[in-house]
Amino acid sequence: MKYKRDPKRIREVLGKKVQFILGDIACVYGGLLAGVSFFGGYPITPASEVAEGMARRLPRVGGVYIQMEDEIGSIAAVIGAAWGGSKSMTATSGPGFSLMMENYGFAVMTETPCVIVNVQRTGPSTGQPTLGAQGDMMQVRWGTHGDLEALAFAPSTVQECMDFTIEAFNLSEKYRNPACVMTDGEVGHLRERIVIPDEKDLKLIDRTPATIDKKDFIPFTNSQTIKNCKVPDFPTFGTGYRTYVTGLTHNEKGFPATDKQPDHERLVKRITEKIMDDADKLVMVEEMNLDDADIAFVTYGATARPAESAMEMARKNGMKVGLLRLKLVWPFPDKLITKLAKDVDKIIVPEMNLGQIVHPVNEYACKHCEVVSAPKIGGEMHLPMELYKYLEGK
Amino acid sequence: MKKDIRICGFGGQGVILAGFIIGKAASVFENYNAVQSQSYGPEARGGAARSEVIISDEKIGYPRPVGVDCLVAMSQESFDTYRDDIRDDAVIILDPDLVKRHEIGRKLYKVNALKIAEELGNKIVTNIVMVGAFASIYGLLKPESVKESVIDSVPKRFTDLNVKAFERGFEAGKNALKKL
Repeated sequence: MKYKRDPKRIREVLGKKVQFILGDIACVYGGLLAGVSFFGGYPITPASEVAEGMARRLPRVGGVYIQMEDEIGSIAAVIGAAWGGSKSMTATSGPGFSLMMENYGFAVMTETPCVIVNVQRTGPSTGQPTLGAQGDMMQVRWGTHGDLEALAFAPSTVQECMDFTIEAFNLSEKYRNPACVMTDGEVGHLRERIVIPDEKDLKLIDRTPATIDKKDFIPFTNSQTIKNCKVPDFPTFGTGYRTYVTGLTHNEKGFPATDKQPDHERLVKRITEKIMDDADKLVMVEEMNLDDADIAFVTYGATARPAESAMEMARKNGMKVGLLRLKLVWPFPDKLITKLAKDVDKIIVPEMNLGQIVHPVNEYACKHCEVVSAPKIGGEMHLPMELYKYLEGK
Repeated sequence: MKKDIRICGFGGQGVILAGFIIGKAASVFENYNAVQSQSYGPEARGGAARSEVIISDEKIGYPRPVGVDCLVAMSQESFDTYRDDIRDDAVIILDPDLVKRHEIGRKLYKVNALKIAEELGNKIVTNIVMVGAFASIYGLLKPESVKESVIDSVPKRFTDLNVKAFERGFEAGKNALKKL
């Protein structure tokens, strides 16, 4: 049975417009608002509430929730559902994200739109299951083999867990690439007020369906509908468009073409360029007090919160401190970082890991200013005072 | 204004629900900003559990308390574990039957929450009695906002029981205020 997004039913299931809810549940709300109709779940702390929340609500809006045998199965089911025409998603944490890496690459190579919520916890391996971390920020970029571009959001608030899940679906659908919501155990298990957007304020993007005459359809080439667009039109299974889907390097018709260099280069360059051609448009940041700043925090996700508190303490004490918060971490806002590095004396990068995003920051700061890593691991976010000490140079 | 509130007890007493109700009262039924976080052991029952709420009229950055303005304690272990960082002027509310060793040389508000809940026929509402006592003793939020939040947060078939628990707790809190 074909799923049709029914705004009235979705609103009934979500309930009141203003609520006080968990970050994980806000991801569920975001998915439902975006029109998710398939969730392939496998529970893992601290992401289990996403699966639980979906299992309770998705069937009530006419969608399908399946609990799979493991995370490999859940991402595989999500990819299959996307080819059946669904907006589909899953949610996991570090160990599950590691298991998903191979099929994450398969989704990139087959240009399958889907959303993965990663409520990050400490690692490596099983780590501290109930505690938050930002340990997978490089894994989402480089964790699967081969060349790709990642689409990765980092929410700092419960409201953003909902908003960014909607946006992740939008980018995923637009570029036919998996998109990830890289939240963490801190934000995922925080409760805050959210305001559910009205239907008229929701901007939803759907993949462009194949509409060209069936005999002229080419499945893995530039759009045959939109001019100068490197994202192919989507031939939903069952609509009669002939398509072959494989993770092997394929030609424009989708058939394996594994022994010739030009075929691979053409395919993978298009897959990456379809995103990177829009890189400047894809910058999503929040700038605070940067106009006169001598020192800037560059931060994302949960860590932006103590950094903002530290910035406010510093401003009260007359220090010129600003903050650049990355809402979309990948694609990385390289030009913006270079510009910022020219404007300030020092960039401090607090992260709940031993230093991941500090590396691209350092790379694109191009030695224009000092770049300092402010790491913290062990399942606790930085105290504002700890970050304040970095501002004092201690 | 920014207030850090901690509710602690043992796992299964509903300390997280109590914090959730207070946070919701502040941010949905009143116009404050609020965040609620929690930490608990792997046990489904037992162990020391705590739920923390920050209520502020400004944006809340760092979402965990760095000191405590109001401590609500519902078990000995959690009272012993989670009181190191309470501020000098902090308001302490506890159930003397659940926290027997409570004389620490400080002003305390004693509310027999468990006893009241048992009188109402179900000790499961001990946490809601404490929420009622918090509403009257701490006075930060309007009682009707907290009551609305209770009603909005518990299963409908238990509304009456929970409203009674809230009201009895509110009265008990008033009496505790008079005693000091």
